[in-house]
Amino acid sequence: MKRLSAFNVVSLTLGFAFLYIPMLILILFSFNESKLVTVWSGFSTKWYGELMQNEAMLQAAWVTIKVAVISSSIATVLGTMAAYVMVRSGRFLGRTLFSGMIYAPLVMPEVITGLSLLLLFIGIGLDRGVLTIVLAHTTFSMCYVSVVVSSRLATFDMSLEEAARDLGCSQAQAFRLVTLPIIAPAVVSGWLLAFTLSLDDLVIASFTTGPAATTLPIKIFSAVRLGVSPEINALSTIMIGIVTVGVISASLVSKRALVKQRREEQEAVRAT
Amino acid sequence: MRRFVLIAVPYVWLLALFLVPFVIVLKISLSDAAIARPPYVPQFDWVEGIWAFLSQLDFENFTWLIEDDLYWKAYLSSLQIALTSTLLTLIVGYPIAYGMARAPQEWRPTLMMLVILPFWTSFLIRVYAWKGILSNEGFLNQFLMWTGLVSEPLQILNTTTAVYIGIVYTYLPFMILPIYAALERMDDSLIEAAEDLGCSRMSAFWLVTIPLSKGGIIAGCFLVFIPAMGEFVIPSLLGGSDTLMIGKVLWEEFFSNRDWPVASAVAVILLLILVVPIVLFQRNQQKEQEGDA
Repeated sequence: MKRLSAFNVVSLTLGFAFLYIPMLILILFSFNESKLVTVWSGFSTKWYGELMQNEAMLQAAWVTIKVAVISSSIATVLGTMAAYVMVRSGRFLGRTLFSGMIYAPLVMPEVITGLSLLLLFIGIGLDRGVLTIVLAHTTFSMCYVSVVVSSRLATFDMSLEEAARDLGCSQAQAFRLVTLPIIAPAVVSGWLLAFTLSLDDLVIASFTTGPAATTLPIKIFSAVRLGVSPEINALSTIMIGIVTVGVISASLVSKRALVKQRREEQEAVRAT
Repeated sequence: MRRFVLIAVPYVWLLALFLVPFVIVLKISLSDAAIARPPYVPQFDWVEGIWAFLSQLDFENFTWLIEDDLYWKAYLSSLQIALTSTLLTLIVGYPIAYGMARAPQEWRPTLMMLVILPFWTSFLIRVYAWKGILSNEGFLNQFLMWTGLVSEPLQILNTTTAVYIGIVYTYLPFMILPIYAALERMDDSLIEAAEDLGCSRMSAFWLVTIPLSKGGIIAGCFLVFIPAMGEFVIPSLLGGSDTLMIGKVLWEEFFSNRDWPVASAVAVILLLILVVPIVLFQRNQQKEQEGDA
């Protein structure tokens, strides 16, 4: 095993320090006694208590989660369909336009996406609220889902599905019993990605929402615009905590699934 | 029939909620502002007919954008900020990606996860974290004064420097991941061969490693540059009143001035500027994929 050179050790250490120190400071000051988020004056969890009492914040959190669950679920279905079309359907009228519309939202500045959707909703006279945010979030996140799923579908062995068809499965059965279990990890990570993107989005939600539906990022943004506050630090800490637990456990689960799959494959080879 | 439904559902969704909205933006950018609901004329009216409608559209908003130097300055300064911060992100990100690719095999999944984790964390929170660090009484200034490097706090928050820091910080994973992917694929024996043939380590790096990771560098730069160009959150939280960025101008034109036609015209021009890098990026990705196959 080759040893890591001093240069690489230094660049990795500095790099990860740069990535993580700001968040550690943020977390540290959420436990600060004083209202000032820059001067340490003693340990306290009172900001978490105040956060739990902040009705408006809790209300916004609830709206955000609702929007994220609904939009990421619709986006997963539509995105998986789109991925299937892109990888399997061969040529059809307007294929170039279709793939263009799948990739364009990934690189589109959020201000433009938000503005254009808002003008559409006003044009057709749709009242802005939870429904319009869900429509907006579904549209951009289905493209992310489709990219994630289509990269898995592209490496998928078509002959497995053909074998199922030869053995008497209908196309729908072959998809449900063979293809879906194999692409399931990609579908799940697509859903998670869509969920996080929706949870995170400030710009598109600000454009497409109405006074009735305020999401958490909109609430946080209007609070931090005025300055730093320990309550927002506490909220950030909770959110960072959830994401960290989520990402680490998801990677452990997928690692275990991979190990299991390898073992089964080895056993299958040995059995033959 | 089933195939038709499979194609039609996502297709119609994207047409209705992605393409049609753009046509509307284009149309409104050619309309005039008015004190009405919605605040622009002409409204489309089937009775008056298409020609009467089209004859009322004009390029007035675009001439306005060209004549008022606020918009020119905003586009140019966005371009400059986006280019500079892309370069800075590359300088910060490359050594990290390089170190990761050189790290022992068993560390790599962990290092990879450490890079991806911030990406899953809220963008807004990561930008907010710097607000507390960069302020006059903030962590960075306290540290600098403690070391004696400066005697009074530096004004960093609410300047363009803070915007650079914010962009580099939030987009760093987008730069590291493609470069790491390119470097990890590289065959180490190529470096050894170059060294055996008389290259110094430095020139082997410039002549072999850099060209072989070119695809990753290009992908990373586009992934940072394109969103940075239209960035709104970072300049409005970390930048000062003199930090002009087009995303912020569009936002204010829309929400504060309520001038929808001008906001739409700003969006159309931003899109025109971004079409070139977006097309180049897609071609680079296609080339990379073909190279893999």
